[in-house]
Amino acid sequence: MTTWRLTLRLLRRDWRSGELSVLAAALVLTVAAITAVGFFTDRVEATLHRQGSELIAADLVLESARPLAETFAARAQAQGLRIAQTLEFRSVVQGERPQLVLMKAVDAAYPLRGQLRIRSALDASDQAVAAGPPVGEVWVESRLLRLLNIRIGESLNIGATRLRIGAILSAEPDQSRAFFNIAPRVLMNRADLDATGLIGPVSRVTQRLLIAGAVSEIDTYRAWASTQLNAALTLTAARDARPEFSAALERASRFLHLATLVTLLVAGAAIALASQRLVERQTDTVAVMRCLGAPRHLVLRVLIGRLVLFGLAASLLGCLVGWLGQAGLFAALDDWIGVELPPASPAPLLVGLATGLIALLGFAVPPLLQLAQVTPLRALRRDLGTPRLSAALTLSAAGAALALLILWQAHDLELGLKLLGGVLATLLALIGSVLLLVQFAGRLTGRVRGVWRLGLAALTRRSATAVLQISGFGIGILALLLLAVVRVDLLEAWRETVPEGAPNYFLTTIQPADVAPLQAFLSEAGIAAPLLYPMITARLTQIGDRAVEPSAYPNPRAARLASREFNLSYGAEPQADNRIVAGTWWSEGAEAAPQFSVERGIAETLGMQLGETLTFSVAGRTVTGPITSLREVRWDSFNVNFFVVASPALLQQEAASYITSLYLPAAREGVIAELNRRFPSVATLDVEALIDQVRAVIERGVMAVEYVFLFTLAAGLLVMYAGLQASLEQRRREHGILRTLGAGRRTLLTSLAVEFTAVGVLAGLLASVFAEATGWLLATQLFELDFQLNPALWLIGVLGSGVVIGLAGTVATYPLLIHPPLRELRGG
Amino acid sequence: MSDQAATAVSRASGLSKHVTGPAGRLTILAGLELAIHAGEAVAILGASGSGKSTLLGLLAGLDDPSAGEVWLCGQRVDQLDEDGRAALRAGRVGFVFQNFQLLPTLTARENVLLPLELTGTPDADRRADAALERVGLSTRMGHYPRQLSGGEQQRVAIARAYAPHPAVLFADEPTGNLDQTTGEHIIDLLLEQRHSSGAALVLVTHDPRLAERCDRRLQMRDGRLEPLQ
Repeated sequence: MTTWRLTLRLLRRDWRSGELSVLAAALVLTVAAITAVGFFTDRVEATLHRQGSELIAADLVLESARPLAETFAARAQAQGLRIAQTLEFRSVVQGERPQLVLMKAVDAAYPLRGQLRIRSALDASDQAVAAGPPVGEVWVESRLLRLLNIRIGESLNIGATRLRIGAILSAEPDQSRAFFNIAPRVLMNRADLDATGLIGPVSRVTQRLLIAGAVSEIDTYRAWASTQLNAALTLTAARDARPEFSAALERASRFLHLATLVTLLVAGAAIALASQRLVERQTDTVAVMRCLGAPRHLVLRVLIGRLVLFGLAASLLGCLVGWLGQAGLFAALDDWIGVELPPASPAPLLVGLATGLIALLGFAVPPLLQLAQVTPLRALRRDLGTPRLSAALTLSAAGAALALLILWQAHDLELGLKLLGGVLATLLALIGSVLLLVQFAGRLTGRVRGVWRLGLAALTRRSATAVLQISGFGIGILALLLLAVVRVDLLEAWRETVPEGAPNYFLTTIQPADVAPLQAFLSEAGIAAPLLYPMITARLTQIGDRAVEPSAYPNPRAARLASREFNLSYGAEPQADNRIVAGTWWSEGAEAAPQFSVERGIAETLGMQLGETLTFSVAGRTVTGPITSLREVRWDSFNVNFFVVASPALLQQEAASYITSLYLPAAREGVIAELNRRFPSVATLDVEALIDQVRAVIERGVMAVEYVFLFTLAAGLLVMYAGLQASLEQRRREHGILRTLGAGRRTLLTSLAVEFTAVGVLAGLLASVFAEATGWLLATQLFELDFQLNPALWLIGVLGSGVVIGLAGTVATYPLLIHPPLRELRGG
Repeated sequence: MSDQAATAVSRASGLSKHVTGPAGRLTILAGLELAIHAGEAVAILGASGSGKSTLLGLLAGLDDPSAGEVWLCGQRVDQLDEDGRAALRAGRVGFVFQNFQLLPTLTARENVLLPLELTGTPDADRRADAALERVGLSTRMGHYPRQLSGGEQQRVAIARAYAPHPAVLFADEPTGNLDQTTGEHIIDLLLEQRHSSGAALVLVTHDPRLAERCDRRLQMRDGRLEPLQ
């Protein structure tokens, strides 16, 4: 009872007196950043997934080569989800000559997400429509008109029926699923399908059930459907739609979590510094309480109870600030985001609260334990000071809290461990460097005179505080410099992954005979000759000595990849934007022995190891070779890329078609129409819309990261303020003594300026070194982006922090010089 | 143990305190003997550094002696651990310090309440109010230490010291930070409270006028106490 009454009373009074203000600000900032990012990523990811949905025309797609069981549709409808069904099959239509086409029959509900785009004539512009063709009508790809030499309005023989060509089909939302399809596409109404007589029990038909609805219902449905999958049935969610899209989403998520972690670290430093000051300020209070008969366990209970209550209150406030922050941002960006966002879930609030308490306990409990050790004799003898803090205890508590939070927030054990290692190494290196520099300053003290001596001596006299202070400043400046590195350099490099002029057209199914004429055509049209890559369809049959069985993979994505046909390529050199991450590329070029290079992601998904043998079936022939390298591919570069590339010896004798990508400005779209006319078998795919979507992800991601960095900026400034406050109590008494001894205000002011400028320069120097090193590591190891040294950063880091901390420190401690020295000496 | 020694609220026997510094071992107290009885006011005088405050700290159980016995309210203090000594002090010992040592974040009333709450006194609020009334600060109860003058702060400290009705009150230079007139008022108040509470008072002071008004005056010299006439 006594404990609670005392705890509440002291907490109320400390809160009101501003004693806890720096600690509270640090905690509120930490929790606000974590909560805001939690809400923000939840909602942005949901929005981005929604955009991913436009690439598959639904939120979820179930695909089967056999008729889908009724239960799938029935269950979706029972859950209040919208459904559409499509059937896709190859057929031959009759015009001047027979032509293979890819037919797609859609019902009235198709598409559930995104839009169909059609043209009323070859030279007309696109218009968006909400549904597929009406009964009795088909929409066809423009090249079919040229191949069959027919016009819009004429009829097309499809199986046993004739259907009128109503429009040219320009784009389907789920078009990219048929990326490498050689046959022109024909879209028809499902109601006309029976009349065609094309679908029989043995027909090869791909049936799709498209599903869309509320996020939570989709999640529930997906969880259920995942348990029903088999080798013939696959499930695709919006996120898996395109690797280009998920790569951008992945990076956005990494940037956001990184920004949060930086805020967490910086705010952690502010919490540690503020706790140190709290200990200084509360030493007398604890000494008096002990004098008056409070046993140590009671003092400790009161201190910890106060800390926990304070932590809860500040964390709740932080949650509120975080929630308001993201709500404000979303309100401001409502039009820009353009879709109705799902409401925020309460999960980020709990994460925020837990983070606040863990950070506070980790960083502030050791100083409080120190406080509980204060001897009651200190009430009589102020010269006794505060008990020394155990370095091992402080480091292990802070380290444990950091480790817990980083591993938790990184959402990925490997990334978390890397980050943790990096952070701990940085902190240890920072503290070690500070210790060396303070020692160096100590040696310098004996060689200089006057205010210089006074200023530098202040650093070494309070070496523990100086180390804490310079490390705190260093972390603050490091955060600010990192903002510059990440915000300007890394985010710009991210934007550059899809630069202006990124390929916006893919040309596929180029026959070998068309290669030279096509290159000549493009050259005539003034388009730089793009590289054409051979492409061979193959089925993966064995990895090492294991036969590939899709049903053996519990992961649905792995099962889907294992069941589908691979598009293999071969080449003497790796593509320019590929990076070899394991093994080596064949150096003998075209003469190299049979071998494969595999994209790292798919190797991990399918469990392929470097050195293992892959066996493919290519048009009935078996092709075998070892994996000699793993590559990292920038899917969001929009260059042509392949999961598996072979050495030329392995595949060059196989029949191949070719693929390439090129950039055409909007004004030159006529080139594509002419290309379609001259090369009717070449399929062209306009990926401008996909590029726009990936760019939108990047832009929104950049904005979200910048927003989160506002919290980091505030935490950086706060840690510097906490650093300034950290030594005030010790200084108060020292200045009283110095002034009593006759030191003039000007002398003291100059010595303060010397001390703080030295602190600023030292912290700035260390921060610049660490900012560049961290930036380099992040760019190359985490984000796979290019990095360049930034000389301006050094200038700003060293000079800027010298001037700013020199000035701020002097101004902050100036009030100590105004009051009469007796007051400081008496401890009033 | 004599009867007189047995009735002592505070007693030291063969009390020694040594510290080791850069110049070697320094003896502050050397086998000191002292007994303070209920209701008695004792002044301890001595030059700076003679060990007055060290003695006060040892008598109050704030520090460990190097040798000897310390008794407080009938219990051996030197055989207790720090928490045991704290439990012994709670409610039985009051303190008045030269620097007042009020908690800056608590009001005058809350400062006085503090020792009462630590001992779980049931009518703590009423007793705190009465204590502040006795020192003439009933109108300043809601003020924070920084809003009070030095004399007023010391009056709050006196109210805090006497509020739990202690058996003994230790005062370390209670007028050291005050001007002469305020100092005299504080002396009046301390002695008046001593009379009304019946608590023993142990005063460490430089001030001969304050010492004059005590029942006994002891001079600290070479680590021992000598009576002054």
